[in-house]
Amino acid sequence: MSRLELRYVRKAFGGLDVLADISLSVGAGEFVSILGPSGAGKSTLFQLLTGAEHGEGEMLFDGAPLDDHGRHFAFMPQRDALMPWRRILDNATLGLEVQGMRRQAARVRVAPLFAEFGLAGFERHFPAQLSGGMRQRAALLRTVVQQRDMLLLDEPFGALDALTRTAMQRWLEQMWRHHRWTALLITHDVREAVFLSDRIYVLSARPARIVREIKVPLPRPRSLGGDAARQASALEAEILDIILNATPSKGHDHD
Amino acid sequence: MISVGLLLVAWELYATYSGIRPTILPAPSRVFEQALLNRQALADNAIPTIGATLLGFACSLSAAFVLSMLVDFFQPLRRALFPVLIVSQTLPLVAIAPLVVLWFGFGLAPKIMLVALVTFFPMLVALVEGYESTEAEIGQMLRAMGAGRWRIFVLARLPSALPYFFAGLRISITYAVVGAIFAEYAGAAKGLGIYMLNVKNNFRPDLVLAAVGVSAALTLVLFGLTVLLQRLAMPWERAGKETAGKGAWR
Repeated sequence: MSRLELRYVRKAFGGLDVLADISLSVGAGEFVSILGPSGAGKSTLFQLLTGAEHGEGEMLFDGAPLDDHGRHFAFMPQRDALMPWRRILDNATLGLEVQGMRRQAARVRVAPLFAEFGLAGFERHFPAQLSGGMRQRAALLRTVVQQRDMLLLDEPFGALDALTRTAMQRWLEQMWRHHRWTALLITHDVREAVFLSDRIYVLSARPARIVREIKVPLPRPRSLGGDAARQASALEAEILDIILNATPSKGHDHD
Repeated sequence: MISVGLLLVAWELYATYSGIRPTILPAPSRVFEQALLNRQALADNAIPTIGATLLGFACSLSAAFVLSMLVDFFQPLRRALFPVLIVSQTLPLVAIAPLVVLWFGFGLAPKIMLVALVTFFPMLVALVEGYESTEAEIGQMLRAMGAGRWRIFVLARLPSALPYFFAGLRISITYAVVGAIFAEYAGAAKGLGIYMLNVKNNFRPDLVLAAVGVSAALTLVLFGLTVLLQRLAMPWERAGKETAGKGAWR
């Protein structure tokens, strides 16, 4: 029972093909990643889903065409996009306020979640007073409290240093096991995709098409040691191979 | 502060010992003494100047705010309006001020107009560029939340413009005082500008300088007010700086 289903989605910007042919599905409570080289058009896919851009092809949610874009998705952009002038508590309530909830009611609804997101005691702080990892957790809190059907995460940890990123991935995996959000993650980090996902769609370089769909059979909770970790690194190596071979070698501009 | 003090001491010594007449270059002590003696006249003339400055500035701010919003919502307006406004900034005040007084009389109206003329465009540019400084991802996120253009403007573009707004405010407020004095210089019943002209014609450079001191003090006070206002309106700026030095933990 897939919630989101894309069939032959294409998008061109002024004659430049960005998305060539994207078909994918995301089931209820499933964590799916879209993995591809930088500049492959991964973020364009989210723009289509959130209604910022329009493309060709079919986009279905629960079997119905996706038209009222705001309803299904809670979107978390690459950088945290916290508003510097709002305190963390009021950043977290933003989505609810846009939905029409009173600020006071939204605060009451959001406040109990701060402890779980490791932000207890920082409700009255401004974003500039928080570290990068805390800011990302605040951004995720702002995203999940909207209680939409599905989370769209656009390279949420891309701007963090390597140690913080690993810590955040472990934290997110743990949070996901508790909440079982239906989530679509965009990333170019193979390890991140393997560590977090149930399934991975591997994208080619632009114009992007899906090269391979890979199931991640690793047990949860995901760990960084033991047999599972060896399995994970084998899978990572296989995926890296696919990406590098699918990318035409004429360009050296991808990282 | 020290450099200003040294300059005053040097000036005092020169005026006292060079034998130059006080009707040419009065010593700072004399300027200060005369300012005290004439404090009633200075205060009487400062009040209309303050009034013209604040009223003119209020008018130009309101107009700049309304127009900046229109420009933000209808981008073509920008291309239509900005050339005209840029030309308005090239008009020499020396030529315009007497004309405006000629057309609109010695009352408050021409002063307000001239203050508005010199402060309007900097404020408009500050606001328009401030809106455009809004982080693209914040806009994209708000759209994904279902916010319309107006909500995005209120929630994101307006607050994003605040630092630009205050930068524009600090610059404009100094222009505003100069604009008001210039308008009065061109013709007024009362005000620091016309006072300067009158005392100059009476060979009293000491009182001209006293009036200059008053207008400088006035500008500094207004400038200080904008800084204070910014601190009150943007508490997150200082909060960020205070903790920026702390080591980050995840």
